[in-house]
Amino acid sequence: MIWQDVCGVDDLQPNSGVCALVDQQQVAIFYLPANNQCYAINNFDPFGHANVLSRGLIGDINGQPVVASPLYKQHFNLQTGVCLEDETVKIPVYGIRINNNRVEVNVQESGNEL
Amino acid sequence: MTTKKTLVVIGNGMVGQSFLASLVASPLKDEYTIVTFCEEPRAAYDRVHLSEFFSGKTAEDLSMVEPGFFEQHGITIHIGDKAATIDRQAKTLVSEKGVSIAYDKLVFATGSYPFVPPVPGHDRPQCLVYRTIEDLEAMAAAAKTGKIGTVIGGGLLGLEAAKALKDLGLTTHVVQFAPRLMEMQMDDAGGAMLRRKIEELGITVHTGKNTIDISDGVDCINKLVFADGDELETDLVLFSAGIRPRDELARDCALKVGARGGIVIDNQCKTSDPDIYAIGECALWNDKIFGLVAPGYAMARTVVADLAGEAASFTGADMSTKLKLMGVDVASIGDVHAKSQGALVYSYQNGDNGIYKRLVVSQDKKQLLGAVLVGDNSGYGTLLQYCLNGIELPENPDALILPHRSDESVGLGVDALPASAQICSCYDVTKGAICSAIEAGCTSIGALKSETKAATGCGGCSALLKSVMDCELARQGFEVNTDLCEHFAYTRQDLYNLMLVGEIKTFADFLAKHGKGHGCEICKPTIGNILASYWNEHILEPSHLGLQDTNDTFLANMQKDGTYSVVPRITGGEISPDMLIALGQVGKKYKLYTKITGGQRVDLFGARVDQLPHIWKELIDAGFESGHAYGKSLRTVKSCVGSTWCRYGVDDSVGLAIELENRYKGLRSPHKIKFAVSGCTRECAEAQGKDVGIIATENGWNLYVCGNGGMKPRHADLFATGLDKDTLIKYIDRFLSFYVRTAGRLQRTSVWMENMEGGLDYLKSVVIHDKLGLCEQLEQQMQHVIDTYQCEWKTTIEDESKLKRFRHFINSDQQDDNVVFVEERGQIRPADDNERKHFKLLEVA
Ligand SMILES: Cc1cc2nc3c(=O)[nH]c(=O)nc-3n(C[C@H](O)[C@H](O)[C@H](O)COP(=O)(O)OP(=O)(O)OC[C@H]3O[C@@H](n4cnc5c(N)ncnc54)[C@H](O)[C@@H]3O)c2cc1C
Ligand code: SF4
Ligand code: SF4
Repeated sequence: MIWQDVCGVDDLQPNSGVCALVDQQQVAIFYLPANNQCYAINNFDPFGHANVLSRGLIGDINGQPVVASPLYKQHFNLQTGVCLEDETVKIPVYGIRINNNRVEVNVQESGNEL
Repeated sequence: MTTKKTLVVIGNGMVGQSFLASLVASPLKDEYTIVTFCEEPRAAYDRVHLSEFFSGKTAEDLSMVEPGFFEQHGITIHIGDKAATIDRQAKTLVSEKGVSIAYDKLVFATGSYPFVPPVPGHDRPQCLVYRTIEDLEAMAAAAKTGKIGTVIGGGLLGLEAAKALKDLGLTTHVVQFAPRLMEMQMDDAGGAMLRRKIEELGITVHTGKNTIDISDGVDCINKLVFADGDELETDLVLFSAGIRPRDELARDCALKVGARGGIVIDNQCKTSDPDIYAIGECALWNDKIFGLVAPGYAMARTVVADLAGEAASFTGADMSTKLKLMGVDVASIGDVHAKSQGALVYSYQNGDNGIYKRLVVSQDKKQLLGAVLVGDNSGYGTLLQYCLNGIELPENPDALILPHRSDESVGLGVDALPASAQICSCYDVTKGAICSAIEAGCTSIGALKSETKAATGCGGCSALLKSVMDCELARQGFEVNTDLCEHFAYTRQDLYNLMLVGEIKTFADFLAKHGKGHGCEICKPTIGNILASYWNEHILEPSHLGLQDTNDTFLANMQKDGTYSVVPRITGGEISPDMLIALGQVGKKYKLYTKITGGQRVDLFGARVDQLPHIWKELIDAGFESGHAYGKSLRTVKSCVGSTWCRYGVDDSVGLAIELENRYKGLRSPHKIKFAVSGCTRECAEAQGKDVGIIATENGWNLYVCGNGGMKPRHADLFATGLDKDTLIKYIDRFLSFYVRTAGRLQRTSVWMENMEGGLDYLKSVVIHDKLGLCEQLEQQMQHVIDTYQCEWKTTIEDESKLKRFRHFINSDQQDDNVVFVEERGQIRPADDNERKHFKLLEVA
C-alpha cells in the first residue's frame, strides 16, 4: 500500500501545519487553502534534533514555499526539503494528495502530486 | 623580572578617572605600577550630573568606575585618603593616613573647590556649597527643616543649584553680584531674557547685590545684608561664587602656580617639574583654568600620549556650552561679548516666546566669532561648527538666527564639515572618525555610539551625529532599506498606521492591499502582533492562527525538545499558600520540572502538546490565568514587599504592582515588556532594569522607563518624579501605547528610546506635554485593550474547535517517541542525544 489515508481535509489547519504518523514516520503536513495546496515533509528538525517542523511558520522566500523551524528559524523548501541556510542539509519530502476530501500521504515516493 | 616604574595620581575625580581609563587602555599599563589617592569617601563619580542625585539617582548610579575596574587593572586606590606631603628631591609622597610611596611620575588631578567669599558669617549653620555628594546630602537635610533657600551667585552652577533648592520644596532666591545672570556667557539682553524665564518659574532673582554680612534671622535661621542696605531672610545659604583650583599641595612642594592660583602647565601638561603633570580643574594653562570636563579629558589624553613618548599637545579648548537650565534652553559660543576687533553684532529678540539670539561676526562678515542663544537652542550645532571650523558664513548671516517661516532650511549641511570637525566634544570624536566607523559597518546610531563613544557623554551632539550618519550613509551609496521583508515594503510603524487608516483586521487583507507573495515568518508574526495590540482579538482565531510565532500558536513556551513550559500569572509575585499548593499539585500530577523564574513566578517544564489543555483546565479551576509568558506582551510586574512589611518601605509596592499587572496583562507589544515596583529607594525590586520601573519616594512615585536586562543591559531613564497614582497610570498608558505604535519590529523599549530622535526629552514632550496632541487617543487605545482582556487559555479550553490542534499526531494518540526524560536532582530533564539512543535501544530490545 503506497498511498495511505491520513485524515480529513477538515482536520488540517489552514495556512499552518499538523503532524501525522504514517508507517511509524512523523510527517508534517501544511495546507494552503488559497490555492488548495498541501505539502508533506519529515517532522524532524535536523538542527534542533526535535520533532517540531509541523509547528513552524510557513511562507515564501524568493518564490519558494518554505517552513521556518520553530526552534532556530532555519528555512526548509517544502517542495525539495533543502535547507536555505545550508544546502548540504536536506530533509525527506513525501507525496501528498487530496482524494474525496481525504488527505493521503505516500511515504515511499517523494515529490508532490497536486 | 623587569622592574616597573611607579605612577601616582592624586585625586580620583572625573579627570583623574578618565586619565586612568585612558592609561590602562594603552600599552603603558604594563610599564607602570599605578597608585591613586582619592580624598572623597568614594571613587570617581559624575559631577556633571550631580543634580540628578535629587531626582532619584544614587551615588552608585553616578559612579564613573566600571565595577571591578581597579582590581582588574591592578590599580591601588586609597579611598578616603589624601596626599599630604611631597618631597620632590626624593620623589616620595606621604598620605594623611601615613601611606608612603616613591614615585617615578606624578599626576595632579586635584580639581577645584567652591569659592566662598569671606563675608562675615559665611561659616554659619546652613551655609553650604555645591560640589560633592556629601554637599548634596547636607542640602537635603537642611531643606527638611527650612522654608527658604538662597543661592549666592547667578552663574551656570548657581542656577543649577537654585533649581535643586526649588525641587527640594524651598522658596528660592538667587542673589547675583553682577548686573545680569550668567555674566560670563550672556550679554545684557540675553541675561534679561533668562531672568524673566527663571522668574516665571517662581524663583526670585536679585542682581547687583553685594552681600556684606550674614547673621541671625528673625523668621529664618540666617539673614543676608547687602551693601545697599537691603536684607533677605533665608534658612539655607548656598555659595556658588566660582571655583578655585586645589593647588595647596603643589604650593607646598614649590611647584610653580599662577598669581590667582592654579598649577602652571605647558602644552604637554607638565608642571615646572618634568616628572609631574597636572590635569583638570587644578591646572593653569596659558593663564586659564578650564571649569569643564571636556578640556580636562583632553589634558588626560595628552599626558597618556606624552608618557608614551608620542608627540601630543593640549592646545586649549572651546568653552562653548549648551544646556537646559530649569527647562530653559541656554547656549553660548565663543566671543559672546564681541570683544574681537571690529566685530559686528546681529540680534533677534522675541519677547512673546522668550527667545533671544545674538551673533558676533568678523568685520568682513565671513566668520562667526560667537553667539548667544536663550529660549531656543536648535541652532547650536550648526553655529558651533561655523565657529570652530572657520566655515564661511552665508551672505546674510542673520538668516542663521531669524525664524524661517517657510520650509527652506538654513542649517549648515553636514556635508560642508571638514573631516577634522569635532562632532562629540566629550570624547573628541571627529567627523572623520565617524565616517570611518560607518564605512566599517556601523550603520545605526547604537552601533556608532558603542564603536566611537560619540554622543555617550553629555549627549549634546546626538542630533548632529544622526545627521552625519544619514548624510554619510547616503553618500556611501547605502540605500537604507527599512522594508520589513520581501512581502511588505514598509516598516512596522508604517504598517501600524496603515492598519489604523484602513481599519485592517486580517493578514489576508493586509497582504491584498499592501503586500505581495504569501508572507513569511517575519511579516506574519509582526502583523499578527500589530493586529492583536490594537483590535485585541483572540490570537488563535482561524484568521490569526497561522500568523503566530512558535510560542503563541500553542500558548506556551517551546523548549529544546519540542515540549512546552507553562507559566500561570502570579500578579506582583504575591501568592497564597493554597494557590502555591494547587500549583505544586499540578506539577506533581503531570511530572513537570518546576523552577522559579526571574519574574517572581513559577515555570513548569516538560509538558507535551496534548497535556497543555488538561494542565490549564486544572490551573484555571484552581483560580490561575494565563501568564502570557509565551507572548510579546506584558510579562510580570516584579515587586519588593514594600511598606506593608518592610521597615524601610515608603509605599505599598505590592499593591501597586498587582494593580498594574492586572491593568496591562494581555497587552501585545513589539517585544516583551517587564515592570517592577520598589517600595523605597533601596530598590530591592531592581526597577531601574525594567521597561517600566517605579520607585516609591516620600514625595510620590518616581517613574523610570526603557531599562533592560538581558544581553545588553541598560539603566532605565528617570522619566517623572513625585507622581500620584492616577498621573502615574496615565503616563504609563500613554507611554505603552506610544511604544506599541511607533517601535520597530522586535524592538525593546531600550533600543526604541536610543533610536528615537530627541530621545528622552522628546518622549517626555509627547507623553507629559502632549506635544503631538495624541494623548487622548493613546489613552483610549489602552482602555480598549484593557476592556477586551480575556484569559487566552480560558477561552481556548472552552472552545472545542481550538482544542483540536493540541495533540502530537492528527491521526493517532501515540506520543512523540523522541521526547525522553531522565532524572536530575529529583526532577525530570530532557535526555541528551546519547541518553536518548540508549533508551531507544532498550525499547527495541
Ligand atoms: C553641580 C556641578 C555641575 C557641573 N556641570 C558641568 C557641565 O554641565 N559640564 C561640564 O563640562 N562641567 C560641569 N561641571 C564641572 C565638572 O564637574 C568639572 O570640570 C570636573 O569635575 C573636573 O574634574 P577634576 O577631576 O579636575 O576635578 P574633580 O572632579 O573635582 O576631582 C578632583 C578630586 O581630587 C580630590 N583631591 C583633591 N586634593 C586631593 C589630595 N591631596 N589627595 C587626594 N585627593 C584629592 C578631590 O577630593 C576630588 O575628588 C559641573 C560641576 C558641578 C559641581
Ligand atoms: S525597596 Fe525598600 S521597601 Fe522595598 S524591600 Fe527594599 S528596602 Fe524594603
Ligand atoms: S539566558 Fe539563554 S539559556 Fe538562559 S533562559 Fe535565556 S535564552 Fe535560555
